[in-house]
Amino acid sequence: MPWKLRSSKQEARPAAPHSDHFPESQLRGPKGSAHAQRLPAAPRFLPAPLSASGSVGFALHWSAGVARGWLGVACSRCSSVGRAIGSAGLNFCFWKLCVAIMRLVILDNYDLASEWAAKYICNRIIQFKPGQDRYFTLGLPTGSTPLGCYKKLIEYHKNGHLSFKYVKTFNMDEYVGLPRNHPESYHSYMWNNFFKHIDIDPNNAHILDGNAADLQAECDAFEKKIKEAGGIDLFVGGIGPDGHIAFNEPGSSLVSRTRLKTLAMDTILANAKYFDGDLSKVPTMALTVGVGTVMDAREVMILITGAHKAFALYKAIEEGVNHMWTVSAFQQHPRTIFVCDEDATLELRVKTVKYFKGLMHVHNKLVDPLFSMKDGN
Amino acid sequence: MRGGQGAAEARVLQFTNCRILRGGKLLREDLWVRGGRILDPEKLFFEERRVADERRDCGGCILAPGFIDVQINGGFGVDFSQATEDVGSGVALVARRILSHGVTSFCPTLVTSPPEVYHKVVPQIPVKSGGPHGAGVLGLHLEGPFISREKRGAHPEAHLRSFEANAFQDLLATYGPLDNVRIVTLAPELGHSHEVIRELTTRGICVSLGHSVADLRAAEDAVWSGATFITHLFNAMLPFHHRDPGIVGLLTSDRLPAGRCIFYGMIADGTHTNPAALRIAHRAHPQGLVLVTDAIPALGLGNGRHTLGQQEVEVDGLTAYVAGCSVESALEAASLHPAQLLGLEKSKGTLDFGADADFVVLDDSLHVQATYISGELVWQAEAARQ
Repeated sequence: MPWKLRSSKQEARPAAPHSDHFPESQLRGPKGSAHAQRLPAAPRFLPAPLSASGSVGFALHWSAGVARGWLGVACSRCSSVGRAIGSAGLNFCFWKLCVAIMRLVILDNYDLASEWAAKYICNRIIQFKPGQDRYFTLGLPTGSTPLGCYKKLIEYHKNGHLSFKYVKTFNMDEYVGLPRNHPESYHSYMWNNFFKHIDIDPNNAHILDGNAADLQAECDAFEKKIKEAGGIDLFVGGIGPDGHIAFNEPGSSLVSRTRLKTLAMDTILANAKYFDGDLSKVPTMALTVGVGTVMDAREVMILITGAHKAFALYKAIEEGVNHMWTVSAFQQHPRTIFVCDEDATLELRVKTVKYFKGLMHVHNKLVDPLFSMKDGN
Repeated sequence: MRGGQGAAEARVLQFTNCRILRGGKLLREDLWVRGGRILDPEKLFFEERRVADERRDCGGCILAPGFIDVQINGGFGVDFSQATEDVGSGVALVARRILSHGVTSFCPTLVTSPPEVYHKVVPQIPVKSGGPHGAGVLGLHLEGPFISREKRGAHPEAHLRSFEANAFQDLLATYGPLDNVRIVTLAPELGHSHEVIRELTTRGICVSLGHSVADLRAAEDAVWSGATFITHLFNAMLPFHHRDPGIVGLLTSDRLPAGRCIFYGMIADGTHTNPAALRIAHRAHPQGLVLVTDAIPALGLGNGRHTLGQQEVEVDGLTAYVAGCSVESALEAASLHPAQLLGLEKSKGTLDFGADADFVVLDDSLHVQATYISGELVWQAEAARQ
């Protein structure tokens, strides 16, 4: 189905009754400034229609941005106008209401799921209007699942619709002790499958260094870089057959930060296929972002495809939050999207699948129209 | 100018929209060049955090390592075996003209000549790097005079020699100093040949078997002494016989030193060798095939009488033939294998990271569109210039 390309300058169509269009609360300050501090401002409570996604949750978000010298400037993330307070020029963007939302987006097959995910990322970047002082921060995964999504993003870039010039990326993990140029290292993966095909600035592509002299210091520095970049706008991840996110194996703390982890046997077995089937060649340790690190992202998108991930998906969304299935932590994240294909839903209840499939016309509004940077953005 | 200081600051060139020959396959990859060498872009990205300074679109063409011709007697009216006063400019002319054929390095070949010719000519052809002036000279190929009388081919009988008692000294007396010499073709059945082969091999000179009536046993012994090449397989040697395959049998001999690859030159013009024979050799031992031109001074000139060393040759028409093997095999036979023969495969005949950026741009029918030496454009086809 051909999607329409439209300049992101044009207004999106007016919100439909069950719209899930929510303006966001983050006022982004100048590059590098810390923001998103929660202040006890008086909330304006807007009764919103029942959230179309079915997960009814109202959350109040408010944030303060430090914007030096800005007066009465409209927040670009929402339509509110900040008020100058005092001579310090502080702007408070009174965020009103953010409807927390969990989406389960089900496509027929792997290719369609990959395409949906890529379109979503594309639209998010373009609508963000990234620029010199305003980078879009993206968390990225590795493995076989996101390959299709990367291919589509590369296609959009090659056709001139999407540029990564003002995008910063943070990868989830990297093996410890594997040479950076080893064909199975995540540096090699990202170079071959993504970076070499796009126009990202090498200084903005961050991957943990599994050969650093002090591994914990490397992890701490990574957390610091994320903070300095203003936090992650969209963290894209996958799921392991044992329900792990990144290398947060079963039993990992759900509030963990970036650290060194020993890999579980399941993970080593799953990765053996990349090392000629020889278990002794598979690295046993890795540096990984923590569950807490990903939870800090403003939005999380998990890609899950294939029947072998079906049980993990069931555990992640139909059972409780449990550190044995660390992806389940995202049930408590205000903005999560699970993108899957039919096969990945095989262990879910028919009721769940039918419900979310019935919402696809809503979900598709997030990717149709597909925006393009060609129109002078 | 290759490598060295200042290379890190040199411009990074990225050749895009092309297929490169790497690892025996044509891959859809970009070729990155800096400081005259092939660059590893992943290392550049993650360690130096740099991108390309300039991109060049190759229009979907094939990028192959520059061809290496280890047997070329002259061309365009120049005869390397002629003892003129200014041999250098003749070599330079050929070096420049073969760029259009995609040859980036070559071994000027001298046929059987009297010692005076060697003493005059050999010192005038030093090893030289290639560039916009022409293809690089890797060293001389001395074909003869220590070859068989019966298999002399076009070589003049009067100047053939055999080894006397002090064989290597005899060779030195004939050729003069060997500094510029890279390959020597000789017949192993000649007496004292083994000590000569051993001595030449010790000095890093490649010994080739050719113009010979040696049987398989003698050829194998020569390989044990250090010979690694066969000069124009099938031509000027005993024909393959099922009870004594002769030199041709080296391609499948199991009596060679372990791990040693025997290389063999083939003139793939369809005339010197029947294409079917060429295919038999290729199928028997594909890793050893080295394409050579054995071009004579008449290369590039019209019909008529031309000199070849001390003799005259009639030229009547030109034939060209493409071996019935894969494109990748053919390209490797013209680039990688001659580099391996000469022990240069780290820097020549390959597009691996760190190798010299000598390469050719070819269209799908393998016509040369452009030639690069050290990452610099040294020749371009007329159509491509527009």
